[in-house]
Amino acid sequence: MVSTRTRGRGERGPLASIGLHAGLLLAVAVSLFPVVWLVLTSLKPRDSWLSTELQFFNDSSLDNYTRVLTETEFPRWLLNSVLTAGLTMVLGVFLAATTGYAVSRFRFPGHRSVMWLLLVTQMFPVAILIVPLYNLMAGLGLLNQIPGLVIAYMTIAVPFCAWMMKSYFDTVPIEIDQAGMVDGLTPFGTFWRVVLPLSRPGIAVTAFYCFMTAWGEVGYATVFMSQEDKRTLGVGLQQFIGQHWSDWGLMTASAVLIAIPAGVVFLLVQRHLITGLTAGATKA
Amino acid sequence: MTVSTRRVTAAGESARGRRRERPGPLRRSFGNHWYAWAMVTPVLAVMLVLIGWPLARGVYLSLTDATEANIGRTIGVNVIPASYEFVGLENYARILTSGVFWDKLLWTVVWTAVCVALHYGIGLGLAVMLNRRLRFRSVYRVLLILPWAVPAFVAAFIWRYLYNSDYGVINGFLRLAGLGGVGWLDDPTTAKIAVIAVNVWIGVPFMMVALLGGLQSIPAELYEAAEVDGAGAWQRFTAITLPGLRQVSSTVVLLGTIWTFNMFPIIFLVTRGGPGSETEILVTYAFREAFTGIRNYSGSAAWGVIILAMLVVLAVGYRRTLRSQGDPW
Repeated sequence: MVSTRTRGRGERGPLASIGLHAGLLLAVAVSLFPVVWLVLTSLKPRDSWLSTELQFFNDSSLDNYTRVLTETEFPRWLLNSVLTAGLTMVLGVFLAATTGYAVSRFRFPGHRSVMWLLLVTQMFPVAILIVPLYNLMAGLGLLNQIPGLVIAYMTIAVPFCAWMMKSYFDTVPIEIDQAGMVDGLTPFGTFWRVVLPLSRPGIAVTAFYCFMTAWGEVGYATVFMSQEDKRTLGVGLQQFIGQHWSDWGLMTASAVLIAIPAGVVFLLVQRHLITGLTAGATKA
Repeated sequence: MTVSTRRVTAAGESARGRRRERPGPLRRSFGNHWYAWAMVTPVLAVMLVLIGWPLARGVYLSLTDATEANIGRTIGVNVIPASYEFVGLENYARILTSGVFWDKLLWTVVWTAVCVALHYGIGLGLAVMLNRRLRFRSVYRVLLILPWAVPAFVAAFIWRYLYNSDYGVINGFLRLAGLGGVGWLDDPTTAKIAVIAVNVWIGVPFMMVALLGGLQSIPAELYEAAEVDGAGAWQRFTAITLPGLRQVSSTVVLLGTIWTFNMFPIIFLVTRGGPGSETEILVTYAFREAFTGIRNYSGSAAWGVIILAMLVVLAVGYRRTLRSQGDPW
């Protein structure tokens, strides 16, 4: 507990308070403005983004949304993206959790090299893996297949997530595991039944990260999903941007539709996100 | 969280109580190794097949003259055999002697350094502000991490629209202020500033959250003691805050550097590398090399190997430095 005397010392003058709030408000404005502007634009009637004047509201309509949902392939891309991101999330969490747990708990031979391998794979530029991966996928008949894309995303998401899960598991006291084993659980049983349920915040973060990786990836998707009906959102959206002409009405409406689910998931996990990432960051 | 913590301690105590009845730490250790490997194996297998093999093949390709034309493929029932040849280090020699590479390298380094410095600086500033006792703190925090929830390609599209020279809102404001509009993405300098701004906007929330976590783990007593000793705000910041953040900082700066160095979608989607190829960083350049025109697979692979080698050197050097300064990391 802070004594009254020290609190008295730490207190700010009114000027400092104003400065603090002003600084934060400015930062909030910068972080929100692009998003707000996007939503406003998407609600404008069909061609009114083609205006050189600044207009915040002028007869709003859902015209752009109707067009996106009925006149374009958007629903198809959305379905593909949801499937891809969902699968990536489930598999990614499973793989990251088991690896993270093993690296966190057991000092087995090769422990350090696994840790380093996880970090080094973070450095792999798309460019070096994409060609061979493309050939590999082609050989296995996985081009234009959602599982193929999911596998590619694993290579991006799993190493970092395993690293995060490791840090999270480090914060769960090891006595818990010992208790579980004493009660007759196998190490895997301990992990599955005891440690995993205690690590929900960490899992939430990992799930979110995996989902977002797949939801927002463009490079692999552009190359691997060339077939029209297999495109994901990131690839599909590029259709609306032409060399000389882009339909910003369609663009903004679909961008909002894409950002909304991500934003909702985000708000749900953000509490955990902070605890989870904090555990990860401070212990890394 | 409180509930689970309580459960944790309870279980921990019961374990301590009962452990004495069980002998065999040796047996447990043996069991541990076995299980440890069983649990790491899926990931290692996936990484070997999906990263190890393509990596090996990528390195091999970089030593050949493979392009789309000679890579070999199957069209219907006709199998066209691969006809590319081993050319040794020719690709590397060509890249390293070309002006393009050094141009791109310079810009990539500038891009990475500026972005990471701004990420870290702004992130730290906001984290320190949010770490104060303050009204609406959690509201600020949620609003400030919002950009993180926006997928990178959506962010890229939003900003492309904001930068639009005729209809973009940035130029709208400039005109409103009586200044002329700027062709943001048409000029090399402004285009570079533009992509950096987008990347900073996207990357600050992660830094802020990570550093906020680090700040919260610094014991408040340290600050109180320093205050009693008469240390000013700046002294407290440099003597307590910065050293206390070292661990977190070193991790996030390294990760941030690697991510920014390889940041693909922002540049690929905001400027498409343009004007010309002015904003193209190494990664996007290598990608374009492989997948536009006659696909130059070997050239692209060689670019990839060079990029990877630079990052590995960077990471190893970074770790060495930290270690020599006494960090356990």
